[in-house]
Amino acid sequence: MSELTLLLIRIAYLAVLWIFVLSAISVIRSDMFGARVPETARTPEPRGREPKAKAPSKRRGSPTHVLVTEGANAGERADLAAAPVLIGRGSDAAIRLDDDYVSTRHARIAASGDQWFVEDLGSTNGTYIGTVRITQPTTITLGTQVRIGKTILELRK
Amino acid sequence: MSQTTGNPILGFVHRRRRGAELFLLVLALAVGIGAYAAVGVGVEGAVPTDLIGYGGWLAALVVGAHIVVRLVAPYADPVLLPVVAALNGLGLAVIHRLDLTEDTGFAAQQLVWMTIGVALFVGTLVLLRDHRILTRFTYTSGLAAIVLLLMPMLPLIGNEVRGARIWVRLGPVGMQPGEVAKVLLVIAFAGYLVLHRDALALAGRRLLFVDLPRGRDLGPILGMWLISLGILVFQRDLGSSLLFFGLFLFMLYVATERAGWLVVGGGLFLGGALVAWQLFSHVQTRVNVWLNPFDYYGPGTNDSAFQPVEATFGMAWGGLLGRGFGGGDPGRVPFAESDFIMAAIGEELGLTGMMAVLVLYGLIVERGLRAALISRDGFGKLLATGLASVFALQVFVVIGGVTGLIPLTGLTTPFLSYGGSSLVANWVIIALLLRVSDLARRPVPELTTADDDAGDQDTQVIRVAR
Repeated sequence: MSELTLLLIRIAYLAVLWIFVLSAISVIRSDMFGARVPETARTPEPRGREPKAKAPSKRRGSPTHVLVTEGANAGERADLAAAPVLIGRGSDAAIRLDDDYVSTRHARIAASGDQWFVEDLGSTNGTYIGTVRITQPTTITLGTQVRIGKTILELRK
Repeated sequence: MSQTTGNPILGFVHRRRRGAELFLLVLALAVGIGAYAAVGVGVEGAVPTDLIGYGGWLAALVVGAHIVVRLVAPYADPVLLPVVAALNGLGLAVIHRLDLTEDTGFAAQQLVWMTIGVALFVGTLVLLRDHRILTRFTYTSGLAAIVLLLMPMLPLIGNEVRGARIWVRLGPVGMQPGEVAKVLLVIAFAGYLVLHRDALALAGRRLLFVDLPRGRDLGPILGMWLISLGILVFQRDLGSSLLFFGLFLFMLYVATERAGWLVVGGGLFLGGALVAWQLFSHVQTRVNVWLNPFDYYGPGTNDSAFQPVEATFGMAWGGLLGRGFGGGDPGRVPFAESDFIMAAIGEELGLTGMMAVLVLYGLIVERGLRAALISRDGFGKLLATGLASVFALQVFVVIGGVTGLIPLTGLTTPFLSYGGSSLVANWVIIALLLRVSDLARRPVPELTTADDDAGDQDTQVIRVAR
């Protein structure tokens, strides 16, 4: 095998190696430049707060606020117009709970279309609907009892 | 660890990118099989006769893994699997090249181990549909990891190889339990920290700009420090000791967002390292070889620096573009197929090839941390962070050691080195990372329309996307 062939093979192999590396990087370039958000999701409103919060309330019998029904903070409420409603022990939470079993940013209640749902934000002790610990955003309706630590919350009209 | 996930309710959906994965896999196969063919041409002067069989087997493994990912983890990260396939293929080719000069048969064995690794990868993805199940095994896996770490110390099955007591020999099969233990330790730490991170982060007092944790919260970190010191003292394994302690420190830092832990842990590590350096001759030898390699090389010395010095010669000879497969003499370095495989790559593929390999490792770590960032649950975040930092630490420790940046410690280069336990454990790590990223990128399932009369709350349907 001639010296030139070996040199060409060597350079060709390094080229293949780098072509692979660069294609792998180009597949994940959206990490750097941001991902495309589909047109349908973008057009209504970028933050999605006002319309999404108001859309459900137009319907008859839709919930208007979240009420703490049991626990140390019973009676506290938050308006759903300011959705998403953050629940936790931290000072930025819309419903601040003084409950040792509640994480700083514990859960969130938000709207999608006509429905409201509760999403656990990676809390320590979990968010329960009934006796079931939720693992992903779960629909709640009027009167569904959402348990967070020793506190129970409900959607109310 | 703040929850900065994009609002999933907004309607942004990650694309599956399985086509991109397949395209990258074809390129990865070109990297692996091309290296094998180049080795044949360079060393023996002809394309190897079994190229089709070898390439077919490699392609079957990789495509099989791809199909399983398509079926059970459709939203998983598209880059991880191809990068791993390329590294593994390149490693096989380099081991094969060393086999040809040294007349050993490591490459065939490594291919068997790769097959087992891919089988476990597939098994992990199929059986583990949700990584959160692993939180149930927090303490079980922690205990199992400690048992595995102690196994080499047992009289009958423990086995000392080249001064490090990290081997277990059960009949004909030898394994390094530490490689399996590192995966279990990540699971245990993630499960422990996700429960206790509030206590670790919020309690404590401030001293000289550093948030120090409470005394009683120091328990686990002191325990981990003692375990890694024990590995250092009794098993004489510098690399693993550094790996486990560093891993724990990274995960504590990520879980609590307190830089104080890094200060405390770094201080503990430095103290432990200094004491170990004072007390143990093998640590002193390593440091001396690192500082003055040429005092321990050549006739008239005990030649304890022979391996790193030959590796440095090899890499220098390789230069920018390398000698080409078959053009170098990587067989001069003892154990070039395991600990020093990066030296062989540096010699025959040059700095250009070595940089490519390093970038590939960087990509694996980046994808792991990316999965952690977009993961929706705390356990998944910590698990992915831990697995990515195991990878980063191991690559740093071993490649830093081979290139002379830090004192040399014995660890395998993930996916490249010859070694069954390490290869299999790393394939499982990749499967876990793919599982976390699959759940993180998967869109929130569409929820069933609740009826207005809300009469059936007790039987509410929670639809799970599969």
